[in-house]
Amino acid sequence: MSTETEFHAGGRAGEPVVSVRGLRMTYGTREVLTGVDFEVHAGEVVCLLGPNGAGKTTTIEILEGFRLRSGGEVRVLGEDPASAGDAWRARIGVVLQSWRDHARWTPRRLLKQLGGYFVAYSTPGRTRPYEVDRLLETVGLVEHADRKIGTLSGGQRRRLDVAVGIIGRPELLFLDEPTAGFDPQARRDFHDLVHRLSDLEGTGILLTTHDLAEAERLADRMLVLADGHIVADGSAEALSRQVAGTAEVRWSRGGERFVHATEEATPFVRRLFEQHGEEIEDLEVRRASLEDTYIAMVAASESGARHAPTLAEVSR
Amino acid sequence: MNPTRHAIGLGLRRGWTEFVLSLRSPQDQAFYLFMGVATLAYVWFNRTTEVEGSDLLLPSFALPSILGALLAFGVVIGPAYALAMEREDGTLLRHKALPHGMQGYVTGQVVYHSLSLFPLLLVLLVPSFLLFDDVMSNGAVGWVTVGWVCALGLLATLPLGMILGSVVPGVQKVGTWGMLPVIVLTAISGIFFPIQAMWGWVQLVAQVFPTYWIGLGMRSAFLPDAAASVEIGDSWRTGLTVLVLGAWTAAGLLVTPRVLRRMARRQSGSQVQQAKEAALQWVK
Repeated sequence: MSTETEFHAGGRAGEPVVSVRGLRMTYGTREVLTGVDFEVHAGEVVCLLGPNGAGKTTTIEILEGFRLRSGGEVRVLGEDPASAGDAWRARIGVVLQSWRDHARWTPRRLLKQLGGYFVAYSTPGRTRPYEVDRLLETVGLVEHADRKIGTLSGGQRRRLDVAVGIIGRPELLFLDEPTAGFDPQARRDFHDLVHRLSDLEGTGILLTTHDLAEAERLADRMLVLADGHIVADGSAEALSRQVAGTAEVRWSRGGERFVHATEEATPFVRRLFEQHGEEIEDLEVRRASLEDTYIAMVAASESGARHAPTLAEVSR
Repeated sequence: MNPTRHAIGLGLRRGWTEFVLSLRSPQDQAFYLFMGVATLAYVWFNRTTEVEGSDLLLPSFALPSILGALLAFGVVIGPAYALAMEREDGTLLRHKALPHGMQGYVTGQVVYHSLSLFPLLLVLLVPSFLLFDDVMSNGAVGWVTVGWVCALGLLATLPLGMILGSVVPGVQKVGTWGMLPVIVLTAISGIFFPIQAMWGWVQLVAQVFPTYWIGLGMRSAFLPDAAASVEIGDSWRTGLTVLVLGAWTAAGLLVTPRVLRRMARRQSGSQVQQAKEAALQWVK
């Protein structure tokens, strides 16, 4: 297993594995990214959130070196992905969304073939690639290892994608919506896998998702991308605090129901009791959830851009 | 360890695996069977037809020509389809995400499509020898010629298939961009009847492309020397065959890596995603 120092094999200890400053991307005249700034450190799990079309995939593809940016500065494992070579490529992992490739191959055969490319980059401190049997076990594909890939279910296929992404024992892993189409069990298994990778291997992980509960469970830190830039950066709690801790108080009095949104729930409830005493029933105080926070943030950033916030689109 | 050489080794293995998997797949078996039966049926029903301006029977003339044409056709359309398909289904992207992955991928393609020629030649030649007389008039020397014509023909046409597969916008376009021109070219390249039956300018056009020369080389391998009298200039023009096919090979080796690099550079996950959405719509 890796030692602590190898976790920072990306460069000198403490240097971020991903550093993005003023990243811009323009398609024709449409500006998708207007100035994105963030960092990812070794062993950290960072979740990139944002509404559809906010540029999450574009950002990830630029970091993977699959897309050329329009402007700004990007460093991944100490190199510019736009010009980095194969030795750099060997140190990062990309989980791709496949759909019908290699239909005639079996997972075992494919992993053996693709893993072969990393042999040339094996070092005594970090042997590459993973052993295929161990990897199959890790992603839970042992009993399907010798079936044709074309006959795998959607979830099994995604697990294979993950296996292909990590076969080279990457120091940094990119995942674009990794759990789309997973059933709850597969999702839980996948979360365990992500934790194991970041804890045991010290792999830095950057992933995008639509699922806020997933982000909350997985991420050390969340980035919210909206309107072309990062509107929030922090842990789930930090993000909730950032929206001034809005809470919702519900109660009923004399058979009538009431709802009140407030930033200071405790004093409000105290006053409520002082005023009505025992008449208050069914009291409920709900803190802003991550979802509320997220929607508020995206809405705020969008109302800054255009005047009417389109919550329906955002809340999907 | 030299990573490039290592990747090429992996590509060789990949091509072999693809080939074996293809031989085992019912679809590909059906394809080979269909090609064999269709060609042999055509030749069989014309077995008493004489080739105009000679005492040759059509099977003797057409069989080697068709072998040559199928080689050119298969080696252009096969990789074109494979590449266009694998750009859309993510195979290529997977390799782009690997160190030296593209080198391995391209090697695999070259190996796979080269090997695929053997079953095709086999399903045509074996029954032909059983059904027709005098298929091979030149003995061992003839087989040597078959060998080098196949090799050179492969080198001349395989890059064209790769280029085609790299530049077509999508799988559905391979038909119009690739299949149609290649079929037209085959029709004018003296495969089913001697090329002199065409107008002069058509003959000139046909002689620019490899298909005619591969067919000519194949005829020179299988037919007796006297049959050269049906050809342009009453000769097999072996030197010129080598020259034209060699020129196409050189051009291919020069252009293909650039086109492949350009294509690989443009490949991204969003592209695969779009293709998937388009394909799903197609199915609905």
